[in-house]
Amino acid sequence: MAPELGHFALALALVLSIAQAALGLVGAAQPRGRGAVLMAGSASAALGQFLFATIAFFALMASYIASDFSVENVVQNSHSAKPLLYKISGTWGNHEGSMVLWCLILAMCGAAVALFGRQLPPTLKARVIGVLGLIGVGFLAFVLFTSNPFARIFPPPPDGRDLNPLLQDPGLAFHPPFLYLGYVGFSVSFAFAIAALIEGRVDAAWGRWVRPWTLAAWVALTLGIALGSWWAYYELGWGGFWFWDPVENASFMPWLLGTALLHSAVVVEKREALKVWTILLAILTFSLSLLGTFLVRSGVLNSVHAFANDPARGIFILLLLLLVVGGSLLLFAWRAPALRPQGFFAPISREGGLVLNNLLLATATATVFVGTLYPLFAELVLEAKISVGAPFFNAVFFPLMAPLVVAMAIGPLLPWKRGDLAAALSRLAAAAAATAFVALLYLWIAGSALLLPLLAFTLATWLAVGTATELSERIGLARLPWRESARRLVRLPRAALGMTVAHLGFAITLAGIGGMGLAEERIALMRPGETATLAGYAIRFEGIGNVAGPNYVAARATLAVSRDGRPLATLSPERRSFPVAAMSTSETAIRTTGFADLYAAVGESDANGATVIRLYHKPLAPWVWLGALVMALGGMLSLSDRRYRIGAPARRRREADSEAAAHGAAPAE
Amino acid sequence: MTAAPRAMTTRRLLFLLPAALFLVLSGAFAAWLLTGRDARHVPSALIDRPVPAFSLAAIEGMDGVAGNRGFADADLRGAAGPVLVNFWASWCIPCLVEHPQLMRLAREGVPIFGVNYKDKPEDARAFLARHGDPFRRHGADRSGRVAVDFGVYGVPETYLIDRDGRIRWRYAGPITEAVLEGELRPRLAALRR
Repeated sequence: MAPELGHFALALALVLSIAQAALGLVGAAQPRGRGAVLMAGSASAALGQFLFATIAFFALMASYIASDFSVENVVQNSHSAKPLLYKISGTWGNHEGSMVLWCLILAMCGAAVALFGRQLPPTLKARVIGVLGLIGVGFLAFVLFTSNPFARIFPPPPDGRDLNPLLQDPGLAFHPPFLYLGYVGFSVSFAFAIAALIEGRVDAAWGRWVRPWTLAAWVALTLGIALGSWWAYYELGWGGFWFWDPVENASFMPWLLGTALLHSAVVVEKREALKVWTILLAILTFSLSLLGTFLVRSGVLNSVHAFANDPARGIFILLLLLLVVGGSLLLFAWRAPALRPQGFFAPISREGGLVLNNLLLATATATVFVGTLYPLFAELVLEAKISVGAPFFNAVFFPLMAPLVVAMAIGPLLPWKRGDLAAALSRLAAAAAATAFVALLYLWIAGSALLLPLLAFTLATWLAVGTATELSERIGLARLPWRESARRLVRLPRAALGMTVAHLGFAITLAGIGGMGLAEERIALMRPGETATLAGYAIRFEGIGNVAGPNYVAARATLAVSRDGRPLATLSPERRSFPVAAMSTSETAIRTTGFADLYAAVGESDANGATVIRLYHKPLAPWVWLGALVMALGGMLSLSDRRYRIGAPARRRREADSEAAAHGAAPAE
Repeated sequence: MTAAPRAMTTRRLLFLLPAALFLVLSGAFAAWLLTGRDARHVPSALIDRPVPAFSLAAIEGMDGVAGNRGFADADLRGAAGPVLVNFWASWCIPCLVEHPQLMRLAREGVPIFGVNYKDKPEDARAFLARHGDPFRRHGADRSGRVAVDFGVYGVPETYLIDRDGRIRWRYAGPITEAVLEGELRPRLAALRR
């Protein structure tokens, strides 16, 4: 029953999304006031679409939880012996189910604008909802016509084929929902951009409305990418955390461009400048999210992450991509030239810093884009078969990040409109001194001149101390009494505090990447009773035994870790094999102090119990993801700024003005 | 007076640029999809043709260690049965995915010739030390020249070569469990007959 209910709900959601699009866009085009009823209908349709998409999603989930093997999708991706968590996560661990989740989140965005957009001018709101409805039409039709998750199978097999064991992991269970929240969240910024192009008007208020949506999507995407990378670190079993795989790049590109959008929307909000660019960024960020979906599901690029490929699906998504991206870019070409540039500023200014940020982030996005798609073009145009791997990305990407980080510390110290670079730099004397100190300390301790860790550590120090300097100046630390500083810190606009926290988070991640570059490793064939040493730890291999799990059997090694004769911990890495899916995975064991990880994985063993043990000592490894978490926290802080709050009092405009005045540390505003 | 409209036209053209670039991009995608290409089953012009002539040095630092030498096209012909040529790199994650399958094949005695593609020797050595070494011989293709001659799409990529040194099958992408059982094993069995 549940599958039919879900299928029917999905069809209803499609009908409602058509109504949502038509009513919203037509209603907003009516002369003054006439379209109010239509626009209200569009908002109701958005709520209805959300309701039915929710029913469809949970109907699918119910089939998974009940292990209903008369549903083909469940057969393909589940098994009755699978733990409940992975039965649930199996709902979105496959192509069809993940598209239903996509549609659900999209419908949720539309409903959120309908519910919380009371402050928006009615026509703008209706157009935003209408555009979201249009995207919904495309994706719901895609699911219903090419990827129906509710298809039955007869006769039902006795049991399912199990979810890919690599995906049976708590980190990866929640990776896709966050990722989709991010991808789809950018659809709201996109809808705002399209609505603004139709209206032909972009002003500070527009910037203020777009930013919270962009921020929310960015926070979710940051968390999603971090979860994915963390999973790769502990699950793939060789200690890496980023592989420049096409599918990773597909999620990284919207993140980079979304970060640029976040910053350029600030300029629109505060200074009414960079409007056209911001519109273009909003369109491109969402386009890259769609492109990611297309690349993963069409089989155009080769990746471990790829879903089952189907050319018919590829064509459908390509058409969708053509309509959404092509259509919006044409609209941009037609309407954007009419947007007059405003809010002029000198190159050395807060705006100038943000433009530099945007240029570097956009260039970085472009390099990742070229690297990801070059093999495709090379084959089509040059008939050459080429693959682009980590060496290219590392060589091109990091040189672009260095100036970005240098500028990240300087930018926030510059006032709006026109700044004084020398004055800003003189305030960074402490940061420069700390950076030099860290560089010397690193060279002295490490004694090696590995360039990447050196660069990462010095940049991280520069950014952290520079950001801290800005904050301490702003709250008058050491200049004013403690109590007064604390009072100022609490009363600081949350958006400013969020920026500081997010930038510090980035510094933490950078330091983590540097630490990863200093990892030590030991790979040894060990017999039970033997001891290996690594980074001051003595690791004794006690033996290996078999353990049975719910849907796997594992060989579990026992490693006793001690330091200076004192026992510290026991590590139990496993090698699991899943009989149904006929695959094996490696479960690493990680002991972290917060400043370093001791990481163990177990390899093949021979008949005598001699086993390959891989041990890594990774300084600062947890910081990579801790930093991402802090960045997301910064985003959330900024999101809680009172001027974004729903139903903010009418004085928000005045407040925003006085805040803008408070923002620049320099006098002449 | 003509300067202003011209500037306007240039501006308009500039605004059309993103749409134009996107059109090119989607044209490429469409060409890809409509010609029925699949990144995993790229047809090779070399199917049923002899392997291209090449000679590869061993991975630096592995030369002579436990019988590790480089190899050339002639080495592929001498074997008693079919052999596999596998292009891999330490920086390639799909290679890690197919690695257990290669190890299994190696244990069963299938000769696999590894071509280490555009890789640093120390990284390649570390990869093999970590995950095990399924390869009978090691060639290092640091420039990617031999890969071009084979028409390699990307790593990993595997070629099945019969006794006479002809390429009988190629697979672009990781040899997963399903590929191993469904495609590779039947072909290996057929060629052994």
